[in-house]
Amino acid sequence: MAGKAIVVTSGKGGVGKTTTVANLGTGLALMGRRVCMVDADIGLRNLDVVMGLENRIVYDLVDVVEGHCKLRNALIKDKRVENLFLLPAAQTREKDAITPQQMKEICEVLKEEFDYVLIDSPAGIEHGFRNAIAGADEALVVTTPEVSAVRDADRIIGMLEAHELGAPKLIINRIRPDMVRRGDMMDIEDVIEILAITLIGVVPDDQDVIVATNKGEPVVFDRRTRSGQAYHNIVRRLEGEDVPLMQLDNDGLVERLRRLFNRDARRRKAQ
Amino acid sequence: MLEFFGRLFGRDEGSKKAAKDRLRLVLVHDRASLSPQLLESLKEDLIETISKYMEIDTEGLEVNLDQEEDTMALVASIPIRRVRRGVAAKANS
Ligand SMILES: Nc1ncnc2c1ncn2[C@@H]1O[C@H](COP(=O)(O)OP(=O)(O)OP(=O)(O)O)[C@@H](O)[C@H]1O
Ligand SMILES: [Mg+2]
Repeated sequence: MAGKAIVVTSGKGGVGKTTTVANLGTGLALMGRRVCMVDADIGLRNLDVVMGLENRIVYDLVDVVEGHCKLRNALIKDKRVENLFLLPAAQTREKDAITPQQMKEICEVLKEEFDYVLIDSPAGIEHGFRNAIAGADEALVVTTPEVSAVRDADRIIGMLEAHELGAPKLIINRIRPDMVRRGDMMDIEDVIEILAITLIGVVPDDQDVIVATNKGEPVVFDRRTRSGQAYHNIVRRLEGEDVPLMQLDNDGLVERLRRLFNRDARRRKAQ
Repeated sequence: MLEFFGRLFGRDEGSKKAAKDRLRLVLVHDRASLSPQLLESLKEDLIETISKYMEIDTEGLEVNLDQEEDTMALVASIPIRRVRRGVAAKANS
C-alpha cells in the first residue's frame, strides 16, 4: 500500500517546522513505520543538523532533480532508528532550482517505498512553499501562541484549502503554561477558536528541545521530557490513536518534585 | 499603580486579551481583503435575497467593509425602487 506525504508548514519563520519534522519522523520510525523526511527548504537547509546527519550528505534534492544521482543514492539512512531516511535540501542553490511538478514526482516515488513522507517547508508563501506542498496529501500547520504567528497560520490555512489539500491540522508549539496561567499568553482554546481547525497536538516550550538540537538527537528519543512526550503523542494521533492532550499545567509540588527527580536521574545517567 | 493592584489581586486580564482582540480584527481584515471576489459574490447573493422582497437598483448598490477604532462593520447601501406587492401580507400570514 502506498504511504502518505505530509507537509509541515507555518507561514511565519522560526516557529518550529523543522523541529516538528525531525521529531515526528523519528517518532514514527520508532513505532516501526518506514519514514522519509524531505527537506524542501532549499538554500537554508536545517533538517540535517537537527537530525545530526549533516556529515553524511553526499547528494541532495536538486542533484536528484537534475539527474546527477539516483533518488536512492541521495537518501541518508539514520543509524539510530530502523527505517528512517532523510532527503536533504541543496544548500547552495536557489529555491527555484526545482519545480512543483518535480517535487510531486519525487514524492510519488517515495510514497511507494515509505509509509510516511514528511516534508519540511520553508517559511513564507512563495516558490519554496508551493514546492513543499506540491506533493503532499495532507498538511500540518505549526504556530506559536503569538499574534503574528497565528495570523500567518491563518493565511497559510487559506492557501492550503485553495490547493485542495485535505483539512490541515494544527500544532501549537512553544506554549508556556506559566504565562497562560497569568493571562499573558493565548491558550489552546483561544488559538483553536480563532483559526477554527482541528488540533493534532500541543508542544510546550521546553529547554530540552534546544539541548536535543544541540546534540543532533530529536527530543522524542527521550520520552521523559515533556516535549518528547508531546511529540510522541502527536505520532500516535497520526497513527489514528485517540490520545488525550497531555496535562501541561501541573505545577503542583508533586509534579515539580517528579521533574526534578527525573532531571537528576537523566544527569546521572549521562555521566 | 492601579494596574499593579489589579495584578496583585489577580483581577488584571493580562496581555492575552489584547492579543486575542487584535488578532480577531486583523484576521477579519486579512480574510476579507484576501479576495475582492468575495465582496463581489457577497453582493450577488445580497441582490438575489433582497430582490425577493423589493425591487432594488442593482447598479447603485454598494457594499463595503468599514473599520473604526476596534470594530469592523459591513456597510451596505441599497437603493430601493419599490417594495413588492404582497410581501407584507405573506410575511404576516
Ligand atoms: N517546543 C520548543 N521549545 C523550545 N524551543 C523550541 C521549541 N520548538 C522549536 N524550538 C527552537 O526554536 C528554533 C526554531 O525552530 P525550527 O528551526 O524548528 O523552526 P522553523 O519553523 O523550521 O524555522 P525556519 O522557518 O527558519 O525554517 C530552534 O532554535 C528550536 O530549537
Ligand atoms: Mg526550518
